[in-house]
Amino acid sequence: MSSINWQQAVYDVIKSGDIKLIGYVPDAGHAALINSAKADDAMREVVMTTEEEGIPLCAGAWLGGMRSLLLMQSSGVGNCVNMLSLQRSARLPMVILVTMRGEYAEFNPWQIPMGSTTQAVLELCGFKVERVESEADAAETVQAAIDFAFNSNVGVAVLLSQKMLGRKKWVE
Amino acid sequence: MGGVMLERRAVVAKLLENRDNALVISGLGSPTYDVAAVSPSERNYYLWGAMGGAVMMGFGLALAQPDLHVIVITGDGEALMGMGSLATIGANQPGNLSIVVLDNEHYGETGMQQSHLGMGVDLCAVAAACGFTQACSVTTEAELQTAVSGFHETGATKFLLIKVSPETPPRVMPTRDAVENKITFRRALGTA
Repeated sequence: MSSINWQQAVYDVIKSGDIKLIGYVPDAGHAALINSAKADDAMREVVMTTEEEGIPLCAGAWLGGMRSLLLMQSSGVGNCVNMLSLQRSARLPMVILVTMRGEYAEFNPWQIPMGSTTQAVLELCGFKVERVESEADAAETVQAAIDFAFNSNVGVAVLLSQKMLGRKKWVE
Repeated sequence: MGGVMLERRAVVAKLLENRDNALVISGLGSPTYDVAAVSPSERNYYLWGAMGGAVMMGFGLALAQPDLHVIVITGDGEALMGMGSLATIGANQPGNLSIVVLDNEHYGETGMQQSHLGMGVDLCAVAAACGFTQACSVTTEAELQTAVSGFHETGATKFLLIKVSPETPPRVMPTRDAVENKITFRRALGTA
């Protein structure tokens, strides 16, 4: 499966999961999803100044009856920590797709501290975490995350591994 | 200024007296007590934590309920912690969202330490620079009257910075159960 195809498949399950709002801080690994959202008149996308904004964005949307989802890089998970208390206190359905850094073939050592604690931080904050290592599993895992979150009022994070996403290209 | 300063609870009462079906998010601390005291409603969501999140919560709600006026009532310290949200909202300009900052220039919940807004920072200018279509500062009864008239008319992204005296009126405590508040709120909206 080509990289375009798995990301299209993920976008398709986001659509079929009735997600109407995507909050994001840009990341190269999410670029295709962001472009799909921007090209889709039926999807509202919001670029945020920090990932922390996404937690109350989703919370407010859900109070108003709208399903939403967040896209962020592993470093952004650390920016959310106290705000995640909103999800846990109110038992809000929440889905976060996280592109991983600081692991496979990482070029930038500054990515390692947060990348290596992302899963543990999310779990300590009460999130259920699924990790995707292969393109073939991506859409199914995101679909399961959406079903899990909105059927059971839980926070679910899907970590997209750096090995699957591919090495960051530093020179074009 | 002393005696002529606006009183926070009277300000909130005036802003919300004709709220009809408007939705209100209150920021943690005094704004939550103020809203509970003067305008209790199933259409209120009271924050007791998640400091810095009230404004974005209002934005998410405004996107989900575009036909209703969504009002965030929060304090200066809480708003400062989410200052980037003003940029996010300014970039999107939802026409049904009003941000009201009750500015007593202090962190009232923690012992009245001075905030940045008492040290020369102009948050109203920040909101205007971020693209809020209406951003105004209110310090007098007359300015409040002007701000209140047309407050519930939608079509603009509003930011009101209202200078209030650093008094601490009696605490009126709404539910601290975020799940209960969620269910009540969503039932009132018909989204549960």
